[in-house]
Amino acid sequence: MIWNEPMECMSRDQMHDLQSRRLKDMVVRVYHNVEFYRKKMQELGLEPGDINSIDDLVKLPFTTKQDLRDNYPFGLFATPKSEVVRVHASSGTTGKSTVVAYTRKDVDIFSEVVARALCCSGVTKDDIVQVAYGYGLFTGGLGLHYGAEKLGAAVVPISGGNTAKQIMLLQDFGSTVLACTPSYAAHLAEAIVEEGIDAATLPLRVGVFGAEPWSNEMRAKIEEGLKIQAFDIYGLSEIIGPGVSNSCQYQNGLHIAEDHFVPEILDPSTLKPMKEGSTGELVFTTVTKEAMPLLRYRTRDLSSLDYSPCACGRTNVRMAKIFGRSDDMLIIRGVNVFPSQVESVLLEIPEAKPHYMLIVDRQGTMDTLEIQVEVDEKFFSDEIAQLNNIRNKIKHRVESILGVSVIISLVEHKTIKRSEGKAQRVIDKRKI
Amino acid sequence: MIIKQLSVFLQNELGRLEEVTDILYKHGINISALCIAETAEYGVLRMIVSDIEKAAEALKEEDFSVKITNVICMETPDIPGELHKALQVLSAQGINLSYMYGYSNGGTARLILKVSDPEKAIELLK
Repeated sequence: MIWNEPMECMSRDQMHDLQSRRLKDMVVRVYHNVEFYRKKMQELGLEPGDINSIDDLVKLPFTTKQDLRDNYPFGLFATPKSEVVRVHASSGTTGKSTVVAYTRKDVDIFSEVVARALCCSGVTKDDIVQVAYGYGLFTGGLGLHYGAEKLGAAVVPISGGNTAKQIMLLQDFGSTVLACTPSYAAHLAEAIVEEGIDAATLPLRVGVFGAEPWSNEMRAKIEEGLKIQAFDIYGLSEIIGPGVSNSCQYQNGLHIAEDHFVPEILDPSTLKPMKEGSTGELVFTTVTKEAMPLLRYRTRDLSSLDYSPCACGRTNVRMAKIFGRSDDMLIIRGVNVFPSQVESVLLEIPEAKPHYMLIVDRQGTMDTLEIQVEVDEKFFSDEIAQLNNIRNKIKHRVESILGVSVIISLVEHKTIKRSEGKAQRVIDKRKI
Repeated sequence: MIIKQLSVFLQNELGRLEEVTDILYKHGINISALCIAETAEYGVLRMIVSDIEKAAEALKEEDFSVKITNVICMETPDIPGELHKALQVLSAQGINLSYMYGYSNGGTARLILKVSDPEKAIELLK
């Protein structure tokens, strides 16, 4: 099922024309209405008339998260405040949170792209969608809510947390679709087993998970635990929220709603475009948004683009599942390490569970990477030799993938904090 | 005879063992033998208790990882050479001993042995 065939299945030439028209229009709007962009363009000696097609995108200035903070809260609005019907803000772990705004048309675009994403995941109007993303300033809850309503599905707006109630509603309402973070889905799968419920008896059939990087191994684990098909929804509040892209049944990348959000892949160090298929930093330009359009927003997410047509019939470009964030990357003794690599390895080992914590420290001049792994019933043995065997197996596999030596610590079941939103996987204790 | 032993995974943290004994005490469970194998960061508590199913359930309820395994309990006279004789029999027949613990009192010694083949070991020791 394809929600909006004309927009999701057009030829590459038609998409080029549409994006070009929309970009030209957007550049005029930001130049005249947003002082920040007018100044940046003037510094580069650019006028709106210099932008004639989407190929001119590379001439335009970048936008970073810091720019959003510097213009906190409403400095980047391109419409009068009276046109704004909603604001959201990011969780902002460092400093002020970043604020984003929507006009009525923006909210419609948001609902449209989430409806496409859900449709891409095989959700229909007959489904009951349990939205376990947080409702509030975070875009996850309301984003999924509006999209599911637009699709015509029944929405259960339970929001995040309250695991016992989530399970009760999965049973009593027979929710067929679950939308939440993958780490919370993994937690729910575990809690369902603890309640003595067989997941196969639940009507739940589809999971739409996003808001944090997760591996394919994690997807397999969740699909097995909840007896569902799991799909990857991607988005960020700065661009619109969830629904920027979504994986389809072929699980071969995430289709981007590129009639609204034009992607580029750049080398994070030189900021130059990379050739198709290379992994680099994902950058988006929002060509249709009214309240807060952004030029070349640097997401810090690492991915790659594939413009070849997909077996599902969509022609929209696909982005690879997010590999990690350029700012999640840990440098341990000079080696680049992504938490997602550790996750992939752990989940290939039957005794390990999808709960782990990386602790980075420095002893003298030496960086140390400790990986805490929980010992559960499957793992535990009354013989120390057995426990050490499993620990060594994990250590060897992780070290061969990461290329740095690690310390594997066995910790008690449930001692690693379960997240109800985005999981915290790294503690960096180094004082540099 | 073959008896069931309850093992518990413990992080090396102050008061962790006390939490286990507290849970068992509150559920009216008696411990008749106990041993701890320790490493630098964790330990494995092994014990023989009065109601193993109830004890395992109570500990799981509090998120402890537990395991029930078959071990053998051997009673010998408390005189020199008795343990040696038993071990000779087992090793001669290729039965591997993972660990053991025990005590002696009033002229008899009771030993708990974790072996590779408990049924065969019992036959041999008879």
